[in-house]
Amino acid sequence: MHIHAYEKLWLAASILLILLLIGSVTYGAVGPGVAMVADSEQPVDAQALDEDERFSEPRVEQVGENEYAAYIVAYQFGFEPSPIVVPENSTVTFYVTSRDVIHGFEVVGTNANTMVVPGEVSDLTVEVEEPQEYGLICNEYCGAGHHVMEGKVHVVSQAEFEERNGGGDGA
Amino acid sequence: MSEAIEAEQSFVDKFPEEARIVRAALLSSFLALVLGAIFGIIQTLHRTDVARIIPSTDYYTVLTAHGVFLAISFTTFFLVGLFTWALTRSLDRPLIDIRITWTWYAIMAVGMTMTGVSILAGFSSAIDMSADVLFTFYAPLQAHPLFYAGLAVFIVGSWIAGADWFRTFLAWKREHPDERIPLQTFMVLTTMAMWYIASSAVAASVLIFLLPWSLGFIDQVNPTLTRTLFWFFGHPVVYFWLMPAYLLWYTVLPKIAGGRLFSDPLARVVFVLFLLLSTPVGIHHQYLDPGIAEGFKFISMTNTMFLLLPSLLTAFTVVASVEYGARQRGGTGLLGWLTDLPWRKPEFTGMMLAGLMFAAGGFSGMVNAGMNINYMIHNTIWIPGHFHLTVGTAVALTFMAATYWIWPQISNKPIYSRSIGLVQVVVWFIGMALMSNAMHAQGMMGVPRRTAEPEYAGFDYPVMFGGYEELNIQIAIGGTLLFVSTVLFIGNLVLTMGNPKVSGLAESLPPALSGPDDAPRVLDNLRLWVGIALTLVVLAYALPLAAIINRGGLLGPGVGTYPAWLTPALDALASAVTPVLDAVGDAAASLVEVVR
Repeated sequence: MHIHAYEKLWLAASILLILLLIGSVTYGAVGPGVAMVADSEQPVDAQALDEDERFSEPRVEQVGENEYAAYIVAYQFGFEPSPIVVPENSTVTFYVTSRDVIHGFEVVGTNANTMVVPGEVSDLTVEVEEPQEYGLICNEYCGAGHHVMEGKVHVVSQAEFEERNGGGDGA
Repeated sequence: MSEAIEAEQSFVDKFPEEARIVRAALLSSFLALVLGAIFGIIQTLHRTDVARIIPSTDYYTVLTAHGVFLAISFTTFFLVGLFTWALTRSLDRPLIDIRITWTWYAIMAVGMTMTGVSILAGFSSAIDMSADVLFTFYAPLQAHPLFYAGLAVFIVGSWIAGADWFRTFLAWKREHPDERIPLQTFMVLTTMAMWYIASSAVAASVLIFLLPWSLGFIDQVNPTLTRTLFWFFGHPVVYFWLMPAYLLWYTVLPKIAGGRLFSDPLARVVFVLFLLLSTPVGIHHQYLDPGIAEGFKFISMTNTMFLLLPSLLTAFTVVASVEYGARQRGGTGLLGWLTDLPWRKPEFTGMMLAGLMFAAGGFSGMVNAGMNINYMIHNTIWIPGHFHLTVGTAVALTFMAATYWIWPQISNKPIYSRSIGLVQVVVWFIGMALMSNAMHAQGMMGVPRRTAEPEYAGFDYPVMFGGYEELNIQIAIGGTLLFVSTVLFIGNLVLTMGNPKVSGLAESLPPALSGPDDAPRVLDNLRLWVGIALTLVVLAYALPLAAIINRGGLLGPGVGTYPAWLTPALDALASAVTPVLDAVGDAAASLVEVVR
């Protein structure tokens, strides 16, 4: 089969491009450590979240030095807790599940973005910096009221976090 | 003159029965295009808050109709028409039995009508029927059973169409035992082989889970499982839309440019690569899904990136063929030959602009395929921005442009106005450039897709590449131009149908510069390629599917297997498959280790 010299060159350049793209994603995973939402969390019973230790009371709690866990339930058409309040300059892991249909969880203007599937828990770890209010939206169609499904993520000072969290949950 | 006519018969002169079915399929396709365009303009103006003539809760009915009519009905009906033409023309023999041909056409039409009715009934509160589940119909959102049943019927119709073409090919093969498969037939058969593999998953999802569930026979389904089965089909379906456009770019565009295809063997290689790689990539639509291991996502991404290869090869071959055409017409210089192309022909300009936009769509697709960059754009309006370049232009504009070339040959009627045709394809290009570019930009700001009202009470979008409002205006203008373009296209076609029949419209297609004899024989071994394609699908999907069923149950957690008699059979199957899965799992795990 005859392949033109230019075509061979083009083919080589194409394969190089493909390898570079795969390489860049691999670097993103290994270097800056961008982990994918995956199967690390065990499935939950979406119809019995009331009895679930983490999701019966959606909340933010401290789980380590400067590390916080946010347990969030998405539903038609909102998020609990609302707003989600986290302290500045900390590492926050969102654990998000749904009690009805498939939803999305997107902190607008950031790369904190995941699908929310009933029966599964999405975990997403982010670094938050100075105090700021972020919009939180559902970005997967979830029913006729989809467009009103929004929440807030408030990054607040350490003092305000303790005050707003009522001192009860902070461990 | 009469001698010339006798020398060259048009398609309809030679195959009047086949030409009728091609016309019927194309007209069904354009009916879907009209409906899709009407819902498109309503949706564009609603979303951008220029004109909201429907309540926002009805927006999702509009969106479902827009998606299903355009992505399923417009594309597939055009495909079956074009493939019937291409197969008959390139084999130079009629289909085996035209009654079978009309049967599959009727089945497909009935299926699409069922689905369409179930969607449109959503506008009337008097009818207790709706299917506001969008094109992806993710459970646990539920549609009326008619929606799922219609889809199943439609897919079965397309399977019979494929069988019709395969049987006709086999009959030809008996008559011509030593000949190479003609290129267009090769393209039809490889595409259909890919379609059988891809659509089996969605058919299974619909028939085993979604339809019984919507009828109340089972209580619930495993949402991750049905979602994964959808994307098993949902990615290769984009190549199912694209392959007819590729067929036109490879076999018709070079001829219109005044030349011929550069290389027949490479065209075959490209279609084989699509058959092999289109399906084992669907998980790249689920990068941000919980419950699917990162390794599976990585494998899917690697396959996806290699799927760029056939499209990059196509870019080279098609441009080279067009350049050859220009030089045959007297073109010279490094780029000077570009001025020697038939830019006044709507079929040429339309296909070239479609190809240009496909290049842009390819680049935004590379971004989508990047697993971790996907966090930025997943489910934002960037994604519809991307696929309006690919299916919405590369495919749709090529189909419309090709209609200006093919319609006269299947009807013996000249196009009413080729100038209006030229305006039409350019307006489409401008409209899409505006709309798609602004959609990509809004996606970068985090504006979600699939929503009636993207403006929220609690926050404002950040400003980049122009503000949110300004980009909305671009989207609205772009969408309006696209609607105008569709009206011009349909109007021109309707007037064409009123034209009297003439003779002398026949067009022949020249063989490639480097012909099929150059192609290794193994390329024509369809059994081999289908075997490899199936192996790759099993490698890519057996483990993820097993893991998903293992985690969430066949029907979701906490519910027994259905129906009860199936349980022992499934258990037996599971124990038979487990050792194989383990072996493949180990291989995959070590692969991921190596990559890490």
